[in-house]
Amino acid sequence: MDSVTDPINPELKKRSTFKRKLNNFFAEVYRIHLFIIRFFKEAFVPPFELKEIVKQCFDVGVRSFTLITVTGFIVGLIFTKQSRPSLVTFGATSWLPSLVSIAIMRALAPLVTALIASGKVGSSIGAELGSMRVTEQIDAMEVSGTKPFKFLVCTRVLATTITIPILATYTAFIGLLGGYVNVATNEGTSYTSFMQQVFQPLVYLDFTASLIKSIVFGFTIGIVGCYQGYNSNKGTEGVGKAANGAVVTAMFLVFIEEIIIVQIASNFR
Amino acid sequence: MEKAKVEIDYTNEVIRIRGLKKSFEDFAVLRGIDLDLYQGENLVVLGRSGTGKSVLIKLISGLLTPDHGTIEVLGQEVTNITDKALQELRIRIGFSFQNSALYDSMTVRKNLEFPLVRNRKGISRKDIDLAVETVLDAVGLSQTINQMPSELSGGQRKRIGIARTLILNPEIMLYDEPTAGLDPITCIEINDLINEVQQRYKTSSIIITHDLTCAKATGDRIAMLLDGKFERAGTFDEVFDTDDPRVKPFFDYNFIR
Repeated sequence: MDSVTDPINPELKKRSTFKRKLNNFFAEVYRIHLFIIRFFKEAFVPPFELKEIVKQCFDVGVRSFTLITVTGFIVGLIFTKQSRPSLVTFGATSWLPSLVSIAIMRALAPLVTALIASGKVGSSIGAELGSMRVTEQIDAMEVSGTKPFKFLVCTRVLATTITIPILATYTAFIGLLGGYVNVATNEGTSYTSFMQQVFQPLVYLDFTASLIKSIVFGFTIGIVGCYQGYNSNKGTEGVGKAANGAVVTAMFLVFIEEIIIVQIASNFR
Repeated sequence: MEKAKVEIDYTNEVIRIRGLKKSFEDFAVLRGIDLDLYQGENLVVLGRSGTGKSVLIKLISGLLTPDHGTIEVLGQEVTNITDKALQELRIRIGFSFQNSALYDSMTVRKNLEFPLVRNRKGISRKDIDLAVETVLDAVGLSQTINQMPSELSGGQRKRIGIARTLILNPEIMLYDEPTAGLDPITCIEINDLINEVQQRYKTSSIIITHDLTCAKATGDRIAMLLDGKFERAGTFDEVFDTDDPRVKPFFDYNFIR
């Protein structure tokens, strides 16, 4: 009798289920790697879908713009407000702009942007491609002699990879504006003076690391959303799972990548 | 409308399938299929739901890969072909999906242009417009050109789906349940359209259905898929002149005679 369905030996059954789950996990990792390799194979080979890439960049930007504006501003404002009491204790409120700028530029801007984009853009890509898969629209593209992977996946991944760094830069600016509102309200600091103090502690590595981080986050959000959607099945349930999987996996990976990149960047300081 | 007489070249096989097998996990769907589609012929594949009718045409178009057997389409072996050659072969095959599979985010015009722009490099705007107008006229839906798929009825969606395949002038048409979910009048219109496509575009077609009215109206030959194999094939009357309990209910349910 097949050990997986053996009702007599529950221990054996449990072990087999674990083994199967482990196998499935590694099979999934293998499939994701193949998906990524396929992206690199197809994305940089002509013909390039430039029109579609621009359209997707616009979509990604528009979808997240309002939320990023509001969230970025609130994050900057709240972070400054919460940091103030500690600095007041040491009589060091003049350090606030520097503190805010380091926090926002090095960590908050790319991270907040990536998390918002995972929710807004990642889920949308997962649901859109998932729905196209279950309604056979992707098959229809394939049988009409076109390359759906290039048209649907490569364009979206490139769009998120290009747009997320731009959005992260915008988030940084808006976050600093939030910080400025708090500082100006309490200390009456001018905008010019605030900005001078903001850029004082920042070094080239901060901008580079932040940019690399945003590019990696953007790629992750795009590839995860596309993978989940492109490989979804089981009807409407599959579409829901694809959207959900895109958000959860992308957010998880963003945090892991954050740790790794911060660790690497700190070695160069 | 009565099906007009068409010329079928029985010496020229456009599709030749031998010993085709396909399983999904432990379930064997196709258990050794042999099939020939001749130039200019409409072949109807009948069978119960879940017997692998749609799987068969997905195997022919290379959307699925068989476990065993050979599929020769227009002289090329689909199971052993490069990606580029398969892409070129697919341009010569039209596939009409059960749910039409129109691109939701595009208008009817964009849906029709999509395969044309991607497969005919350097085609002029004028030629694209002409091709779109011609196929829309062929399916009788010129007025829908700027509509979104969500604004179309089920029958209109089917017609636009067929128009999208016709725009590349295919030599073979594969119809997956062309009349499923449609009212009787629209079914008759779709049947007439399938026959018109056969005559006007000189296509050879495989029509997957369990609708006997569609089978009788469009098929030059009927093949019945039973237990993963073609067990009955011939003209409509030849196939249904039987007391086989697996075949008779089909006929009785459709009240065709």
